[in-house]
Amino acid sequence: MSERLETEVLIVGGGLVGCATALALARRRTPCLLVERDRCGAQASGVNYGGVRRQGRALAELPLANRARRMWGRLARLVGHDSEFRATGHLRLARDAAELARLERWAEEARRFDVRCELLSPAELTARWPWLAPGLAGGSFCADDGQANPRLTTPLFARAAREQGGRILEGRAVTALERSTKGFRAAIENGPEIEARVLVNAAGAWGPAVAALAGEEFPGEVIAPNMLVSEPLPYRIIPNLGTAGPGVYVRQVPSGSVLFGGGRGVADPVTRRCRPLTSTSLATLAEARRIVPDLARATIIRSWAGIEGRMPDDLPVIGPSPRVPGLFHAFGFSGHGFMLAPAVGAVLAELILDGHSATSLAGLEPTRFEPASRVAVAT
Amino acid sequence: MEDLDDPIDGVQGRWVRLARGDGVPVPFTIDGIPARGRAGEMSIAAILAIRPDLGSLPPDRRSRAGFCLIGLCQDCWVRLEDGRRVRACTTAVEPGMAVRLDSSDESW
Amino acid sequence: MSGGPPVVIVGAGPAGMAAAATLAEAGLRPMVLDKFPGPGGQGWRAPAVGGSGPLASLDGEDARRARERFLELARSGRIDWYPETTVIDLTRERLWAVGPSGEVDSTAWSRLVLCPGAIERIVPLPGWTLPGVYTLGGAQTALKGQACALGRRIAFLGTGPLLWLAAAQHVIGGVEVAVVADTARLQGLLVSFPALLANRHRLGLGLRCVRVLRRARVPVLRGVRALAILGQGHVEGVRVTTRRREWSFACDAVATSFGLVRQLQLPDLLDVPIRFDRESESWLAEVDDAHRTAVPGVYLAGDAAGIRGATAAALTGERAALSLLEDLGRPVDAARCVRLRKQLQRHARCARALGRAFPLPSALEAEIADDTIVCRCEAVTAGALREAARAFEVDEINRAKALTRCGMGRCQGRFCGPTAARVLARARGIDLEAAGRLRTQPPIEPLPAHVRPVEGGSMA
Repeated sequence: MSERLETEVLIVGGGLVGCATALALARRRTPCLLVERDRCGAQASGVNYGGVRRQGRALAELPLANRARRMWGRLARLVGHDSEFRATGHLRLARDAAELARLERWAEEARRFDVRCELLSPAELTARWPWLAPGLAGGSFCADDGQANPRLTTPLFARAAREQGGRILEGRAVTALERSTKGFRAAIENGPEIEARVLVNAAGAWGPAVAALAGEEFPGEVIAPNMLVSEPLPYRIIPNLGTAGPGVYVRQVPSGSVLFGGGRGVADPVTRRCRPLTSTSLATLAEARRIVPDLARATIIRSWAGIEGRMPDDLPVIGPSPRVPGLFHAFGFSGHGFMLAPAVGAVLAELILDGHSATSLAGLEPTRFEPASRVAVAT
Repeated sequence: MEDLDDPIDGVQGRWVRLARGDGVPVPFTIDGIPARGRAGEMSIAAILAIRPDLGSLPPDRRSRAGFCLIGLCQDCWVRLEDGRRVRACTTAVEPGMAVRLDSSDESW
Repeated sequence: MSGGPPVVIVGAGPAGMAAAATLAEAGLRPMVLDKFPGPGGQGWRAPAVGGSGPLASLDGEDARRARERFLELARSGRIDWYPETTVIDLTRERLWAVGPSGEVDSTAWSRLVLCPGAIERIVPLPGWTLPGVYTLGGAQTALKGQACALGRRIAFLGTGPLLWLAAAQHVIGGVEVAVVADTARLQGLLVSFPALLANRHRLGLGLRCVRVLRRARVPVLRGVRALAILGQGHVEGVRVTTRRREWSFACDAVATSFGLVRQLQLPDLLDVPIRFDRESESWLAEVDDAHRTAVPGVYLAGDAAGIRGATAAALTGERAALSLLEDLGRPVDAARCVRLRKQLQRHARCARALGRAFPLPSALEAEIADDTIVCRCEAVTAGALREAARAFEVDEINRAKALTRCGMGRCQGRFCGPTAARVLARARGIDLEAAGRLRTQPPIEPLPAHVRPVEGGSMA
């Protein structure tokens, strides 16, 4: 109990962001220690939809997303396994004229970021993918996007981080944070005290709570994305499907299972329990049938929800704290952080070790919530 | 009168009917080939009386013939020609039921 | 008495039927949901076709009477029966179910009597995923419910009273039984004999089974150490290893299981406390002697509350219903409650003795070969489980599921869960309890994606 561990960087949160940060730091021989309350990848990182796409993102995320896409392409070199990433393409569908306009606008704006999308008419859509419903307004296909298996990803990054010399403590919760001469001192439930020069807040849905422990306030809410999966069916839906507006996202894996997402379940961030809602699942199925009518023949065998943190502007908080020197935030991914996480880790390592990163985080900085944050009371 | 259990197309069935039924046979088809079941019989019994298995299922395409027979193992799902899928051990055979065991066309 | 959300009974097996009758007698009109077209569940299932001749003798008097009483209650409107209706999700606010035509409906509920029953405890054997391999209960279902034999010559493998009962029933039905191979040793049975005397009816039944098999000259092997199912593409035979030697038997079908385990999905969805029972090495939902759970208004009865046979299941259904009536402020026959408790205690003693007489072969299960499939839905082998456990230091079954897909298939982990936990526990050198149990996720039965909610949404 009186044991004290010292390190350079303490990472709070063992989701994919935290583990990717630990790996990036370990590869640069920087002593780091990650503390995770449960098992790495137990929360949103392990149960999300698994989309790996740039299409449809807020433009502010695209530099990060592009860097992440390059990392996904060489994941096996990075962590020893590809986590079943495949560049199946991402097909974003417009169900009406308004959504079509949104697709076209995004495709145009994304060119600046070197993201190429192919716009398709309804006839082109059904010619190329005959299982699509005939009544769609149009679509946009980004051939280089794809999907991966999120259940494997965080465990792979955690293992790689450990192999590179990073330390990961699982089953330990951070109960208190305070400044110290070195930088930060963290109290761990049933565990050692940890002293570090730098603190990384990668606590996902609990990011604002950890920030508050360090004396900084952020807005945010907890959401529970609702997911369903079917029994294995013959493999026909190759691209990752989404809608250009709130609706449904659908993807099929080669072994046959079809995953559906859309809408919300319920979550309690305090008890860390969440569950899907049948009413939501039924609505998701109805929407999925409107896009791929043959899905009416599937059978759903499981549903679940995850606990995710959402920021008011649906953009993550990434970067150095404006108030607390040595504290770096990376949370609030609002339901679309999975794909970005490997790059977030790399960027955080650069910010910590070099003071800057080549990848732009414009629009994602913690300072955009400045008016809402408070100066820490020195203790 | 032709025995319901007589193999069709020379293919042997798996299950053995133990009682002589006296009801009207229920006509149905398997992969387009006419077959007959018994009123009140679950479709798994009607199919396996004249076929060795129920075809195969993803993900591993293993041949299946049912397992628990009480609607819990989900081993006995079969496809009908109209696209519907039914659990053979809890679905009675109906007149005109068109079962498709051959899944080589890879459709849903 | 109408108004307000209904009292709902889930399951119309022996326990559900008894609960329904008890509540109907007291003037309530419970809603009864059951996934099958007719009442009886597994224990007291009605013969569906060809129920004459020797097969008719397999249907007991108690079962017939209970089913007839239930159907009469339904006909007269004293219970609100929804057959072919499968519960897929359950919260404190609502119950969701799918009906026979793929319509999905929901209802609020005021009190709930859960009687979801038990399923068979499988131990994967080499070749167990070949076409022609079934559970022991499956063999009974085919025989009694469909008047069919699973094959021309059937091998019965496993342990438990059901092994002997199912084999004997098949002999009575005129089916050739290749072998009865029991991993339990005769010594275990003899040691439990005094406790079995607590229920002479069950003891008598057991002895009758042995006599039937002996008269038919069925090969019987006890103390079996290893089992394997042989064949290329279908069952062709079985290999049975005892302490003394190895035996082979030709057959074209196999019926196998090693006891029963309680179905816990429904109580789990409501957060009824579930704990690990060391004696049976299985998980159980906590319920008191009066069959109340810790969740107000929720009662648990039948095999799901404790495996003691169909007769005991019916008594628990009645007991749960009496508790429910008591909780509603109705007068309840206290003497009847006392009598029920005494009867149930006797049944429980007998059940525990049977559990000791027919123990699960845990060593056989923990040591199954790497290439034996554990999860038949997703074809995950024991070796894949062990490798993932090693590679990622996996100490818990839900994590193993996430990494290997074991338990992610159509049966939702019902049949592979206990074995996967054992293999994982042995591979990591941890307690079976520490390895955990598969988390319940709705829909608890497969939900056709074409379902449409009923307009205006409520069953009640």
